[in-house]
Amino acid sequence: MDHFPTNWGRPRNDAYDAYGTFPLPHRPNNDTKDAFASGVQRTQQPIVTGTSVLALKYKDGIMMAADNLASYGSLARFKDVQRLHPVGKYTVIGAGGDISDFQYIQKFLEELIIEEFTSQDGHDLGPAEIHEYLSQVMYARRSKLNPLWNSLLVGGFKDGKSFLAYVDLLGTTYSASTLATGFGAYLAQPILRKEVEGKETELTEDEAIRIMETCIRVLYYRDARSIDKYQLATITADGVKISDSRHISTSWSFAEGIRGYGAQTQ
Amino acid sequence: MFRNTYDSDNTVFSPQGRLHQVEYALEAVKQGSAAVGLRSKTHAVLLALKRSTGELASYQQKMFRIDDHVGIAIAGLTSDARVLSNFMRQQAMSSKMLFNRPVPVNRLVGSIADKAQVNTQEYGRRPYGVGFLVIGHDQSGPHLYEFSPSGNSYEYFAMSIGARSQSAKTYLEKHYEEFADAPLEDLIRHGLHALRETLQQDKELNVNNTSIGLIGPTSEHETKATLPQGAFRILENEAVEPFLQTMVAKSTDSSAPAPAGASSSGAGGSSDVQMSG
Repeated sequence: MDHFPTNWGRPRNDAYDAYGTFPLPHRPNNDTKDAFASGVQRTQQPIVTGTSVLALKYKDGIMMAADNLASYGSLARFKDVQRLHPVGKYTVIGAGGDISDFQYIQKFLEELIIEEFTSQDGHDLGPAEIHEYLSQVMYARRSKLNPLWNSLLVGGFKDGKSFLAYVDLLGTTYSASTLATGFGAYLAQPILRKEVEGKETELTEDEAIRIMETCIRVLYYRDARSIDKYQLATITADGVKISDSRHISTSWSFAEGIRGYGAQTQ
Repeated sequence: MFRNTYDSDNTVFSPQGRLHQVEYALEAVKQGSAAVGLRSKTHAVLLALKRSTGELASYQQKMFRIDDHVGIAIAGLTSDARVLSNFMRQQAMSSKMLFNRPVPVNRLVGSIADKAQVNTQEYGRRPYGVGFLVIGHDQSGPHLYEFSPSGNSYEYFAMSIGARSQSAKTYLEKHYEEFADAPLEDLIRHGLHALRETLQQDKELNVNNTSIGLIGPTSEHETKATLPQGAFRILENEAVEPFLQTMVAKSTDSSAPAPAGASSSGAGGSSDVQMSG
């Protein structure tokens, strides 16, 4: 029995004064013994999270899509969060994972773009440069065992060339003509590949929107951390456009026939 | 002891509104042997006259590679040049690491100009005693910049720095309009002609005292393949011979120019560094 109320609820150090016989001023010190660990907090897990981001290459450039939900665990906490963010004139980044880390990324990228803008010499940062910079930041943070808990898509269009690549909390990068993060990597990526691969230079914007709607709908049906409100971004020779929030139509009539879902008596 | 009252401290203006220490630093650049730079739509080239301190000594290096897309020629204190060129290399590496982008040449020159400017304004420092010609290639094509210890940097079609560089400048001013569309061989020939103007009466350009630095597609006279294509490279010794052969004899001067390896450099000539007296 530990007789010292100040120790109650704290981890006990049985190796030292197991019966609490020492007078109060000599109370056992149950603090962590690792001096380097005290006072430092590192990211152990994401808290408020976004789910999938989807992106594809089409005729005019890049299209990206993400829903507007920020979840707190399984709670649909914020339903009007924008997860697509323009960076400079040629680039959009989309984020899954921790929303506060994403807000931090938005902040330092904005600072970077402002600094770049002040030089006014025509050497603008394009999507490839932004992606490289992000990958270096993400890898540096994971190497400090304090990662920015995101998986990011970077899409852009500059000098007649489209760019699409992925980077995540480990600093892993890859590039393809269709990309999806989170659950989208399993549920949407097969659809995107089937619809897009080999047709990157032919797909029109309307066709690309239709493909995105299909994928967002599948994700809304099967990913419990998604909602039916989403935004589309296009990056083309005309620059960056991010749409207002859109709504995906769904049909639930089939559910009545599913046993255990509706009001069934037996 | 001092040449005048207002030069013991580089941050103090003279009554005429001049910073004497900065002007002395510009003199140090003029003590160095000459370097010439030219630019066309496709190429940028540097040509420099190397000096040796005597028969037994090697020739002092005049050109440095900063990155695949940037190179410099120096005039003045070589030790200061090494400090600044190391800094430029760091900037270039940093740009490659962070953004996977070759550093834009104007920013590289701007960054060393800013460093030099600080030295003209802070107490207890001295200006750099070296001037650069910087050639580079980036998104906006080939470039030529001059950097000087005063903290100024300008872009040029053609420029020369160092000892007797005014003669080279006169030549360049007469011919610069031809440079934009000139093929590489013509550009280098113009550069050699300009560099020749900086020589003393009894001297001539030869394989030992001439350096050529260039950026852009390979010349027909180059034997070694340059990788990656068009990267900055320095031609020295036998590699400059074919270019020396393209030179045309001076019309005003009766003596034949540049039979290779003919000249012997004057022993005990004015060295690059001395600032005494």
